[in-house]
Amino acid sequence: MIPEIGFFTLSLSLGVALIQSVMPLIGLKKNNLTLMSLADNAAIMQVLLLSISFATLIHSFISSDFSVINVYQNSHTTKPLIYKITGVWGNHEGSLLLWVLILAIFGGAVVLFGNNLSKRIKAAALSVQGMIGLGFIAFIIFTSNPFERLNPVPLDGKGLNPLLQDPGLAIHPPMLYLGYVGFSMAFSFAIAALIEGKVDSLWARWVRPWTLAAWTFLTVGIGLGSWWAYYELGWGGWWYWDPVENASFIPWLTGTALIHSLVVLEKRDSLKSWTILLAIVTFSLSLLGTFLVRSGVLTSVHAFASDPSRGIFILILLLITVGGSLTLYAIKAPKLDQSGVFSPISRESSLLINNIFLATSASTVLIGTLYPLVAESIGIGKISVGPPYFNMVFIPIFIPLIILMGIGPYLPWRKAKIINIYLNLKVVVLLTIISFVLFFSFSNYKLNDLAGCAGITLSAWVIFSISNDFINKIKLFKNPIQDCLNRARNLRRSAYGMMFAHIGVGLLIIGISGSSAWKQELIVSLKPGEEIRIAGNRIIFKEINFLNASNYQSLMGEFYLVEKQVLMKPERRIYNQPEQLTTEAAIHSNLWSDIYLVIGDGPNNEGAYTVRAFFEPFIPFLWYGVLIMGTGGILSLTDRSVKVTPKRSRNNKAVPKAGSI
Amino acid sequence: MNEKNSSYWYKRWTLIPLIFVLVLIGVFAKRLVDIDNNKPASYIPTVLLNTLIPEINLDPLPNRGKGLNSEHLRKKLILLNFWGSWCGACLIEHELLMEIKRKNIIPIHGIAWRDKPNESINWLKKYGDPYSLVGQDPESKAAIAFGVTGAPETFMINENGIIIYKHTGPITEKVWLNDFLPLIREYK
Repeated sequence: MIPEIGFFTLSLSLGVALIQSVMPLIGLKKNNLTLMSLADNAAIMQVLLLSISFATLIHSFISSDFSVINVYQNSHTTKPLIYKITGVWGNHEGSLLLWVLILAIFGGAVVLFGNNLSKRIKAAALSVQGMIGLGFIAFIIFTSNPFERLNPVPLDGKGLNPLLQDPGLAIHPPMLYLGYVGFSMAFSFAIAALIEGKVDSLWARWVRPWTLAAWTFLTVGIGLGSWWAYYELGWGGWWYWDPVENASFIPWLTGTALIHSLVVLEKRDSLKSWTILLAIVTFSLSLLGTFLVRSGVLTSVHAFASDPSRGIFILILLLITVGGSLTLYAIKAPKLDQSGVFSPISRESSLLINNIFLATSASTVLIGTLYPLVAESIGIGKISVGPPYFNMVFIPIFIPLIILMGIGPYLPWRKAKIINIYLNLKVVVLLTIISFVLFFSFSNYKLNDLAGCAGITLSAWVIFSISNDFINKIKLFKNPIQDCLNRARNLRRSAYGMMFAHIGVGLLIIGISGSSAWKQELIVSLKPGEEIRIAGNRIIFKEINFLNASNYQSLMGEFYLVEKQVLMKPERRIYNQPEQLTTEAAIHSNLWSDIYLVIGDGPNNEGAYTVRAFFEPFIPFLWYGVLIMGTGGILSLTDRSVKVTPKRSRNNKAVPKAGSI
Repeated sequence: MNEKNSSYWYKRWTLIPLIFVLVLIGVFAKRLVDIDNNKPASYIPTVLLNTLIPEINLDPLPNRGKGLNSEHLRKKLILLNFWGSWCGACLIEHELLMEIKRKNIIPIHGIAWRDKPNESINWLKKYGDPYSLVGQDPESKAAIAFGVTGAPETFMINENGIIIYKHTGPITEKVWLNDFLPLIREYK
């Protein structure tokens, strides 16, 4: 009975979505406020209906109701409660339901926080949100119904893929969806702006917090996915340029570009059609990600069970959404008035260059991801594009971007004087050069040392530059300390947000370059009692244990890390529901570097086990970087100017402040 | 370049993203059609259909004959029915199975799947026993070998031990008349 309630409310939400998409448009045409405000009620209704629907699905999972196919296929009675719940979105149908629920929640947020919006823009945006909802709810109902019943009721479920029974992965998909779907706000407002033919700084002010929120979620979501891949897959790597990873990374790149171009639009009333295009493209790429994961056109370790009929449905959705919005763009964008030419050295120019680099890097990742597909379709043959391609094209594009990141904060709007930039940055440049010499002199003077040191120096550049900017702003060392503190307190949250986000990128680069340059790997056949050495660490293989847990059997090695005096216990687990082998790496971190152990095949006829040991330097910096970047996003969101009450905007529009992203 | 000319080109520029996306969607569509033609994994029919039955050797239920092995399944056209006392849907088809036995249409062998042997035998005593031979399969050995997905599930096996038909779910009157009976007639 309860699943039927879920399906019923889901079906109702389809009707509500139809009303939400059509009525406001008629209202806009006739300039009828009543019809326009119908969108508000519909959007709130949508949240209620889909919440009920989602709650019933959770209920079916918790109560192990195997008469529901989805529960049968993805759950099991012996599974811990938390994974029964996370199993709801560990599968295609349930995750789509979560997707539309989040979409509805964002729509509801427009109603809740959008009192100061122009009625027409709000109605148009909610209508677009309604259309997206309509498409996806129809997709769920007609191809992926999570409430479908199973006639012979099985005794027990098939269980959830044990790789997914993991805290990191439990919150990874919701985070990612909050990011993906969050970009629908920028998209809907972009379409609304095109319909109304009006893009101004007020519009940018309204779109920016939503984009920032989406970006923050996506950043954390990608970070969690990477963290999970690192500790769960047992390959010692954290990023594989896998199509599905790329599918989330490409919208992240364009979303990052969008955050920056929105600032230009807000402050300088410029880059209008470009910003609109970015908003459309970013959400379209999020949809593309959804399509790639679920259609089976790309093969990937992350892909959901693929089904071409679903693929065709999403493709049609993609055609309507992306094709439709870009057609509208092609017609309307030329009519958006462009104002002003940029002076070549100014904040807006640097942000434009930032956008060009980010868009280029997004394109290269997109090309690399889709090239095998295109090649196969036009008959060139099967081609695989691997990490070498991505590293080769991506790094050269990103290096100038990072260098620019250190200069940008010192550029004022409109026109900058080169001499001022030089005066501000000379200390930073000097410190950066010193740190490179210092790093390199402590290394072994090999090629990888050079690359690693160069990468870390790049981060040093960013971190020094941001710190210097901060020192300048609060006039540290110039004014009395009390005054500095006051200045620090009065500095806008959005300025802190930018500093945090950029320092986060710096930390990330330390992690990336350090771990790629100095990682060590050892694969040995080892008997209990023997020992290995990696990066100066003595590791003794003490013994092997066999354990039985409720839903898996485990072979657990015990290793003793002599210098650190810790015991490490890598495992190889055989889950019973469904039957699957997983490796549980043992990781010992000292906050700078990790020792990473994996126990593999064995015992062989001599009683030895395959043991893989990794020395992973600077890996923790990846997670610090993501955390700090996410914190930056949150800080910016709590800025008082972001408090969606842009009524004062006319007054303070002309006061562009440095570093206000 | 004069004003008019530049705006002419500017208007055309905005078409580029659209064209790019349409080409891409074309590629995806072609790819999906290709996948469809290659019969992807989601269209797996019964793997075992028209193949030899797997080797099984099951113990009998308490005080009920010999048990069941592959040899028993290779003698003539028979039905093999996976069921369990826990399975509600099995009761739906039970009346029909009893009638098949009464009318002696075709022998039915049963496999008590994932069940406690005592409960299986009690269930048969309570509702009636339509089976010729019954084997117990508490650990799903036979069920896995046959690729059973849920109970009840019924296989039709010919005298050479080849699976000629499979039905998942209870055999209703309609299923029996439309699917099973014509096949049995064809065979005899």
